[in-house]
Amino acid sequence: MSNGDYETIVGLEIHAELSTKTKIFCSCPTEFGGEPNSHCCPVCMAMPGALPVLNEKVIEYAVKAGIAMNCEIAEISKNDRKNYFYPDLPKSYQISQYDMPLCKNGYVEIDTKEGKKKIGITRIHIEEDAGKLNHDEFGKKSFVDLNRAGVPLIEIVSEPDIRGAEEAEAYLKKVKAILEYIEVSDCKMQEGSFRADVNVSVRKKEDNKYGTRTEIKNMNSFRAIVNTISYEAQRQINVIENGGKIEQETLRWDELQGQTISMRDKEDAQDYRYFPEPDLGLIKITKEYVEKIKENLPELPESRKKRYISEYNLPEYDANIITSSKYLSNLFEGALAICKNPKSVSNWIMSDIIGALNEREIEPDKIPFSAKDLGDLIVLIDKGTISTSIAKKVLQKMFETSEKPDEIIKKYGLVQISDEDTIRKLAHKILEANPKSIIDYKSGKDHALGFLIGQAMKETKGKANPRLLDQIFKEELNK
Amino acid sequence: MELCELTVHELEEKLNKKEINLKDIVKSYEQRIREKEPEVQAFVSINEDAQKQVEQGKTGIPIGIKDNICTKGIKTTCSSKMLENFVSPYDATVMEKLQNHVILGKLNMDEFAMGASTEYSAFKKTHNPWNLSKVPGGSSGGSAAAVSADMVPWALGSDTGGSIRQPSSFCGVVGLKPTYGLVSRYGLVAFASSLDQIGPITKDVTDCAILLNKIAGYDEKDSTSIKIQPKDYTKNLQKGVKELKIGIPKEYFGEGINNEVREAILQVAKKYEQMGAIIEECNVATTNYALATYYIIACAEASSNLGRFDGIRYGYRAEHCNNIKELYRNSRSEGFGQEVKRRIILGTYVLSSGYYDAYYKKAQKVRTQVKQEFKRLFEKYDLLLTPTSPTVAFNIGTKSNNPLEMYLADICTVSINIAGLPAISIPCGLDKDGMPIGFQLIGNSFSEEKLLYTAYAYEKEENFREKYKPQFKNDKT
Ligand SMILES: [Zn+2]
Repeated sequence: MSNGDYETIVGLEIHAELSTKTKIFCSCPTEFGGEPNSHCCPVCMAMPGALPVLNEKVIEYAVKAGIAMNCEIAEISKNDRKNYFYPDLPKSYQISQYDMPLCKNGYVEIDTKEGKKKIGITRIHIEEDAGKLNHDEFGKKSFVDLNRAGVPLIEIVSEPDIRGAEEAEAYLKKVKAILEYIEVSDCKMQEGSFRADVNVSVRKKEDNKYGTRTEIKNMNSFRAIVNTISYEAQRQINVIENGGKIEQETLRWDELQGQTISMRDKEDAQDYRYFPEPDLGLIKITKEYVEKIKENLPELPESRKKRYISEYNLPEYDANIITSSKYLSNLFEGALAICKNPKSVSNWIMSDIIGALNEREIEPDKIPFSAKDLGDLIVLIDKGTISTSIAKKVLQKMFETSEKPDEIIKKYGLVQISDEDTIRKLAHKILEANPKSIIDYKSGKDHALGFLIGQAMKETKGKANPRLLDQIFKEELNK
Repeated sequence: MELCELTVHELEEKLNKKEINLKDIVKSYEQRIREKEPEVQAFVSINEDAQKQVEQGKTGIPIGIKDNICTKGIKTTCSSKMLENFVSPYDATVMEKLQNHVILGKLNMDEFAMGASTEYSAFKKTHNPWNLSKVPGGSSGGSAAAVSADMVPWALGSDTGGSIRQPSSFCGVVGLKPTYGLVSRYGLVAFASSLDQIGPITKDVTDCAILLNKIAGYDEKDSTSIKIQPKDYTKNLQKGVKELKIGIPKEYFGEGINNEVREAILQVAKKYEQMGAIIEECNVATTNYALATYYIIACAEASSNLGRFDGIRYGYRAEHCNNIKELYRNSRSEGFGQEVKRRIILGTYVLSSGYYDAYYKKAQKVRTQVKQEFKRLFEKYDLLLTPTSPTVAFNIGTKSNNPLEMYLADICTVSINIAGLPAISIPCGLDKDGMPIGFQLIGNSFSEEKLLYTAYAYEKEENFREKYKPQFKNDKT
């Protein structure tokens, strides 16, 4: 049997840190970084006698996420304790939600080769993040940093509706985009504020029963997740094809070796002894509350995409990519408001800006200039102040120094030369130096004109107005 | 009469009349502690700076605090080796409310409030001032004994299944377990979060009302505290019991209840009848399931609550551990005492998968039934009258090796915590060996005022304090 006879089934549990100002059960700041244990208090350090108080913003953010992902919002839900020992978990239990989550039965729509597909969301629940262990370079000691302990998280659990790595990536990107749009999480993967546990199983296409799944925990890059799913699915197929059985287990992705590794040293089947958190009451949510949040929900990526296609005539592909990131989409809208040239803004984002992001390996949220700067740049082109090729250089400078486009142009003297006399003098100079080109042109070799314009551009470091150059060279040559 | 023998309201009267000053009071108590503490052993730590703190401006009547209530800058040990040197970085909410009061010391208890005799303290056994060979009860045994022995004017205890009322009964003092949610638990080292409540242990009912005034009230730091209108609990103490309907639940007078105790409580009922109350027998059918339910819920919560004592951030840490598992295992094995470990194991068991439904879930269902039964009873009765404890104080050493028998000491008190209700224990006489007997009044949620004026009516009539004094004898019977 070949790989093609199998399908890969993926379920994802996404953990997204909520961007509330304070932690979930105390008023410590959620800000990333800071001296170890500087964003802590008796509550998040689990001092004896300290008690949690649920931050209402966490409920609001989680309900927003639930609505944006088409979930039912529970009128009554509760917190539960998940008990286990680990040094980064100060209370020895995590306050989470077990059998009564805040949101359930939702879906997210993704684009696949076969068209649109709904990925079911089983549930979204709120919980607290753990702290961090820093292991010292001398070997024997570990240090506990509780700055992250108590930062609010939502866990988004998908149905096993995802088939293969590509769909998994599309789903993750869509969820990330939604959370960014509704501004409940900044989804910074490098900082661990958006991460996922990945469940993978395979089955023969004709089977309707799921195969045994393995779980790979705590992954925080799209690339690693895609590689993991592909690798793990292939491994499972190989095991089955060789007559073996898949064991239900937790694996770890080894980035260097590019393979999943069994974590056999882990606890023998953890029993978390969930029970209702007695320090907190039930969470009650009224229909009016949900309605109010619904009314104030920002526009979601899907809706923006449709608008870009219908209002601005963007190709679906471009609209898809731009709206896949709130930052790109906001850049688009911000620049558009200045220059009123959707086609041009879209082209700049799709080619030069995404190219620069890839080249510099940075995420769209790290673009060092504003939407207004991009708009201004395009206005400068449209007004003929600079040429497109100069604009590309200006954009590179904007990435490097965050300076404003007009400042860059002034500083480096990049204003386009559009003065007719100056251009004509230049043309004379170039023609004098290249008599052979004149002969070529006159004998019908059109490339000679291109060569001459190129020489003029070289002479002016690209600043000469290309339209004017073309016109004047033709006039002179046809004299 | 020494100042330390007076009640708080008597002391306040003298202070108001400027007959004495606060330093006189502190001195009198310090003197008394010097005399009696070697015999009673009620304190885990004694404040050596009490007089200085008066000079620095404290104006409230001094107080003793059970050692599971966090006090900034003073050790809070929970009478456990685990927290032997632990100093809380913050004050419990009740301590903030009492910040004007000098703390005379932190009082002994069963380790992490688990016990009914204070024998499970990791540091010392507290002796009952009425007879030093007897236990003071528990877990707030240090608090009850210190108030009884006039070593503190009043004290705070905590009550999870009877830990204020039972020792108050054993030591002949007044102890109130408030309605769950009336007093903030913030800063009370948790034993069983859904049952724990801080309350006063005092020499008389008036002092109890005064102290309740000081500590009650909504606290935004405790999500289980309840927003209700603040009350002055001293205001209606004289109200009387005319027409008050008091139920006498049969189940509290059956097997296992000592005869002398039973008789004493029935006498109390008679007294109330004479004062104009209506006494009627009733049933609390869930009583028989209360103890099992209590131990399942309390241990389940404790097993989770005590997880934080892991040797990582504070408290006892075992030495020479090779890995994290060993660090946990050794620190907790060495840091916790037998009874605490017994309950952690029991609680872990009832929560584990496969047993959860049979134990914890079932216990929660019974809990709902207990609540409903009391609710129905209070549609009919104002209060219920029962013994506080099935026996008087027992001899030190007789039950500490028999956990089941020790658990039975809570039989009259645990239902009240399960239902979250308020209850008060009032001394009502001595048995033939001269040990105090206490009766318990149980009220509906937030009926503390009624409990207090009903208790006050009895106290005024019988005047236990004027009739009887602790003997500090030591006859092993
Ligand atoms: Zn905090």
